[in-house]
Amino acid sequence: MPDPMKIRATLVGDSTEVKVLMSHEMESGQRKDAQGQPIPAWFIQVVTVTWNDKTVLSAQWGTAVSKNPFLSFKFKGGAKGDRIMVTWTDSRGDTRTDVASVA
Amino acid sequence: MDQRRRTWVQSGAGAALLGLLAAAGWPKPTHGADLRVPGWNRAAFDTHSLTDTMQALGSLDAKQSKDIVFVQTPEIAENGAVVPIGVRSDIPKTESIAIVIDKNPNPLAAIFDIPAGTEPAISTRVKMAQTANIYALVRADGKYYVATKEVKVTLGGCGG
Repeated sequence: MPDPMKIRATLVGDSTEVKVLMSHEMESGQRKDAQGQPIPAWFIQVVTVTWNDKTVLSAQWGTAVSKNPFLSFKFKGGAKGDRIMVTWTDSRGDTRTDVASVA
Repeated sequence: MDQRRRTWVQSGAGAALLGLLAAAGWPKPTHGADLRVPGWNRAAFDTHSLTDTMQALGSLDAKQSKDIVFVQTPEIAENGAVVPIGVRSDIPKTESIAIVIDKNPNPLAAIFDIPAGTEPAISTRVKMAQTANIYALVRADGKYYVATKEVKVTLGGCGG
């Protein structure tokens, strides 16, 4: 089971700023192990962020997104206590969803 | 024809093809696991050159735009494994923002789809193999626009 994400959603004026820190190796597929064998790529491919069930951002990622990915953006609207849900799916088919409240 | 011989011939041809693909730098079949994820633009992410990436995205005719701004993006990155990239688009009806790094083994790093109501501005962190040009590619109202920034890398972040 992958580690939980850290999600922070903050009201800024009439918008909500969302910051997400995920826990993932984001293995590029370019590296070799101690025996010289290539380490297969293993990375988050799809990310979805919803606000009260409305999609506010969706992303597709390649191997070039850094280990333990960081993501930040803003959307219009939001109120204290609103539900922000982030879901990712990686190249092994593993998925993780975490939820935070707008503060 | 003898059925066993046919099978042998087929498997031989298959192995030869796999060998050819491997020699061409094709990813091993084990990488095929990511076929499971729907909504991921494999054709574009699997490209190995800037032109191929732009072609796969349908953005070869992207226009240079001063309305695409890099924010919090360094001139020089000491560590290529973690390069902060921020892109803001001031182009009306921005639908998506893609980050393309021309010298990376796979230039396409990320595509962000921006629904109505979301600010066309995103920040993330990427890996850079070496000093390269970063292309911020914006699709707005069905057309492509692009801005470029060179980021110098002191220590690459892909191999090792």
